[in-house]
Amino acid sequence: MQRTTLDLWVGTFVVAGLAALAMLAMKVGNLGTYNVSESYELHAYFTNVGGLKPQASIKSAGVLVGRVTDIRLDSQHEYQARVTFSLDKRYQFPKDTVPKIMTSGLLGEQYIGLEPGEDEVMLANGDEMRKSQSAMVLEDLIGRFMYSKASSAAD
Amino acid sequence: MAILNALRLIGNRTVGAVWRIGFATRFFVMTLLYSGASFRRFHLTIREMFSSGVMSLIIILVAGLFVGIVLGMQGYETLKRYGSESALGSLVALSLVRELGPVLAALLFASRAGSAMTAEIGLMKATEQISAMEMMAVNPIARVVAPRFWAGVISMPLLAAMFSAMGVIGGYEVGVVLIGVDEGSFWSQMQAAVDFRHDILNGVIKSVVFGLAVTAIALFEGYDAPPTAEGVSGATTRTVVESSLAILLLDVILTAFMFQGN
Repeated sequence: MQRTTLDLWVGTFVVAGLAALAMLAMKVGNLGTYNVSESYELHAYFTNVGGLKPQASIKSAGVLVGRVTDIRLDSQHEYQARVTFSLDKRYQFPKDTVPKIMTSGLLGEQYIGLEPGEDEVMLANGDEMRKSQSAMVLEDLIGRFMYSKASSAAD
Repeated sequence: MAILNALRLIGNRTVGAVWRIGFATRFFVMTLLYSGASFRRFHLTIREMFSSGVMSLIIILVAGLFVGIVLGMQGYETLKRYGSESALGSLVALSLVRELGPVLAALLFASRAGSAMTAEIGLMKATEQISAMEMMAVNPIARVVAPRFWAGVISMPLLAAMFSAMGVIGGYEVGVVLIGVDEGSFWSQMQAAVDFRHDILNGVIKSVVFGLAVTAIALFEGYDAPPTAEGVSGATTRTVVESSLAILLLDVILTAFMFQGN
């Protein structure tokens, strides 16, 4: 069995195909932004998560620090939504950090913003963040606005 | 009498169709069973990868570039109305990686390589090369069919990936270089929207399935073709029609499974 020019062509073809796949993964996809460093898990309860989805980003001061891994309804906990976060181990947050559900832009997707507190003790794997701020629901906002308008007109 | 004839015709057609499906299934199983040789003597598969994969490169790359350019222009026109031109990158990349890359590459592959496979095997049968192999105790399935099958299955995802990559480059050229969408937001929005497992791997799975379907249909049609000039031409046509429909049908099914809801 000998090497032929055919092998060279097919080899080039395979390498080009794999290179295209690698480009898709790194440049087009988010594999390049996945951090291989270790992570730790936290959770928090929200009265309303709005349109938050698993894999949504978690940002603190606009910097990506982790991802939402799980969202479920907890009937043991006043029927609130239990959201699990996976955070990069490089970033530690104080015990009284508040997670807020925010929206990027007017119609953009929802993400979680972490507002660090001032506690000396840091959150560890499996801890719960006590306070949280739920998503803004447009209907609620409009309802509140109309209610305040109506009550001010009655005066 | 006319009714009896009509009934006879329907029955004949039905039995014929079921017979053909049975033969196709046995043919597919035999191909898988006798695949050992196409890996032990890998140069057989390499040669087929050259004729089906490498020779399809030009059409795949050029078509991918054009599709990306058109996506860039059309996407920009629509997104401009909502003032969200920066989402152009994610629009181009998502539509290519999820749908257009695998589907269009498979359609091109079916008409470029699938038809050639059918014609080749049909003609081998018509000129009794297949019977000659059987006379020499060479298994034609192991020697002729299986290497072509595996070459197609290996080539298809590579071609689809190249199609998508060329499309993204085309979209970039139009969106960023010509129209002037911000380069940073083009790539960052794209990377935020495209998930490796959910989008890219599912696209690869799609293209592997399409490769399986196209090559299986092309090889079976060739093997089953009546050994006449007319028979081979009919089989080639059927290959293109059947594999195009199979690609689109499988795409519906796979998309329903992969992208339900979120």
